[in-house]
Amino acid sequence: MLSDLHKHLLNDYQRDFPCSEQPYREIADDLGVSEQQVLSALTELSEQQFISRVGPVIRPNHIGVSCLVAMAVPPEQLESIAEIVNSYQEVNHNYERENRFNLWFVVIAANQTHLDQVLCDIEQHTGHTAMPLPLIRDYFINLGFELNLHD
Amino acid sequence: MIEPLDRQLLTAIQQGLAITPRPYTELAEKLALSEQDVVTRISNLKRSGLIKRFGIIVKHRRLGYRANAMVVWDIPDALVDELGQRISQQPFVNLCYQRPRQGEIWPYNLFCMIHGKSREVVEAQLQTLISECGLETFNYEVLFSRRCFKQCGAIYPASQG
Repeated sequence: MLSDLHKHLLNDYQRDFPCSEQPYREIADDLGVSEQQVLSALTELSEQQFISRVGPVIRPNHIGVSCLVAMAVPPEQLESIAEIVNSYQEVNHNYERENRFNLWFVVIAANQTHLDQVLCDIEQHTGHTAMPLPLIRDYFINLGFELNLHD
Repeated sequence: MIEPLDRQLLTAIQQGLAITPRPYTELAEKLALSEQDVVTRISNLKRSGLIKRFGIIVKHRRLGYRANAMVVWDIPDALVDELGQRISQQPFVNLCYQRPRQGEIWPYNLFCMIHGKSREVVEAQLQTLISECGLETFNYEVLFSRRCFKQCGAIYPASQG
């Protein structure tokens, strides 16, 4: 069950997280609670998998390169192919989607050569073509995600 | 392009800040900087846009946002920037990217993501998007997500090489 403090943390600090040496104390002061309450609430949110971390979202392709990749695989092989794809540490994201292209994943590597090698390797191991869809332009201004936590 | 020290800093914090009263102490020591220097560098990286945002990264699915649609559009090249910007301003759109078409098998050049609590909500938002942005005449496909096989934060490699 999410408390008011949990909800505030989830909604108010996706973007406006204090940039200071003691950020949790600043949040505590903002919300009129103790620093210990903020630390405990964040630890709970993290342990219960409501948040993945407190940290930066880095602009794509500025440190290393990343690429979205799509594959069209027979449904009965999807699980085993997804497992092969997951086994690469360069893959950080892998979803089944409703389409003839039914497997969608993101590959991140230090440079383009390494990324190409990973894709080539995945194609050899799975026996299926990997369609790379690199980013040309990012239109999104990332302000975080406004959650409706009331219903 | 990016200072080696900033790269080290980003590599160290990308997996998450410690949830402790002084989360930068250990990192500052490792990089031979003061905590204030670390904070200033992060603030500069935010200003330069290399850090798109800094804060709490939520897990949408766990918070009840289980319907996730990737909508792909075939937009004439001359209009893609204008419409990309317009789409990205809708409050329920989470991401909006231009990507290269792949010939006939994949003619789509604009991708956006909509997260919602149900499929019905997302479908209604898509209709709003189409009318608000004037997308009625363009071909598109909606790809709802089914299973999530893997999901972790972007882990960028420590060094170029």
